[in-house]
Amino acid sequence: MTRALLAELPALPLHEAGKYVAGAYIVAFALVLIYVAIMALRLTRVERELSELIERTESAAKSPTDRLSQATQEPPLA
Amino acid sequence: MYGKGLRTLSFATVASFFLALGLVFFYAPLEAEQGFLQKIFYLHVPLAIVALCGFVAGGIMAIMHLRTRDQRWDMRSYVAIHMSLIFGVGTLITGSIWAKGSWGHWWVWSEPTLVSFLIVFLLYAIYQPLRFSIEDSERQSRYASVFAIVAGAFVPLNFLAVRLSTEYLHPRVLGSSSNLPPKMRLTFLVCLAAIALLYITLCKFEMTAKHTRSQVRALRRALSGEASRLGRSAVPTLDQAPGRAAGMGTGTPSASVASSGAPAMGRPGV
Repeated sequence: MTRALLAELPALPLHEAGKYVAGAYIVAFALVLIYVAIMALRLTRVERELSELIERTESAAKSPTDRLSQATQEPPLA
Repeated sequence: MYGKGLRTLSFATVASFFLALGLVFFYAPLEAEQGFLQKIFYLHVPLAIVALCGFVAGGIMAIMHLRTRDQRWDMRSYVAIHMSLIFGVGTLITGSIWAKGSWGHWWVWSEPTLVSFLIVFLLYAIYQPLRFSIEDSERQSRYASVFAIVAGAFVPLNFLAVRLSTEYLHPRVLGSSSNLPPKMRLTFLVCLAAIALLYITLCKFEMTAKHTRSQVRALRRALSGEASRLGRSAVPTLDQAPGRAAGMGTGTPSASVASSGAPAMGRPGV
């Protein structure tokens, strides 16, 4: 059925005009692709910044408990 | 906040694009005069229409910004104009390719539609440098809004002026779509819907990215205890808004952090 449907479809006349049509569509898709690539790069930067901030927050939250545990492990003064 | 429904919108855009391409190449009949070259019409004209509508929408959003002083409207206006500029580049390039194939020249200066679109494009090309030239964010957004309104009003005026001009070399689409055969009209409308969906999706995507970035910046400022803005930028800042973006807390950076679920540590010197 698919084969019969494809046979019914008109063939694409890719002669002289074909290169202009292909050029126009490729340029439009390339523009969108470049835009999405730039946005993806920016998003990667934001992700990196966010993970760095999370790391800083976790280390800041951990440090008081570390100090507390260190204090409890310290031998009593003679 | 901005990312809600982005995935559905993206899928709808991709599906509509596949449908539009299928209709363009396998359903719409070949035009009698231009033949296969006329297929550029289904890409070039919707790109131009969506870009021009985006410029006007940017102006309307700028009015909303001046009325409400809500920075989110400034952000929307900025993104709409930014995206329209990208679509404008696409319009100019595809139009140039079509002109070369059809008329044998990349550009025809005597053609009012081409030149008027270039004028509108160049007018909006100074929007970003204008923003960047003003350091104070409040003044920047105000001046940018005034510019967006004036330029947005210029777009329909320009369109009308071209319509009223005597030369009619450029094919007319709006107002004369009844001239198109039904198959071509349907294909054109589907292409227009696909390009409009792409525009909306990319706008939403960019707004989500910018909103996330401003939230990360606010978080960074809160953690490092910086009060000032980081450098000059042409991009509107949501975190300095009087109305505030959703999820950004009440105002102070530390309040934003506390409301976002991160431990409220005051100014931890890390």
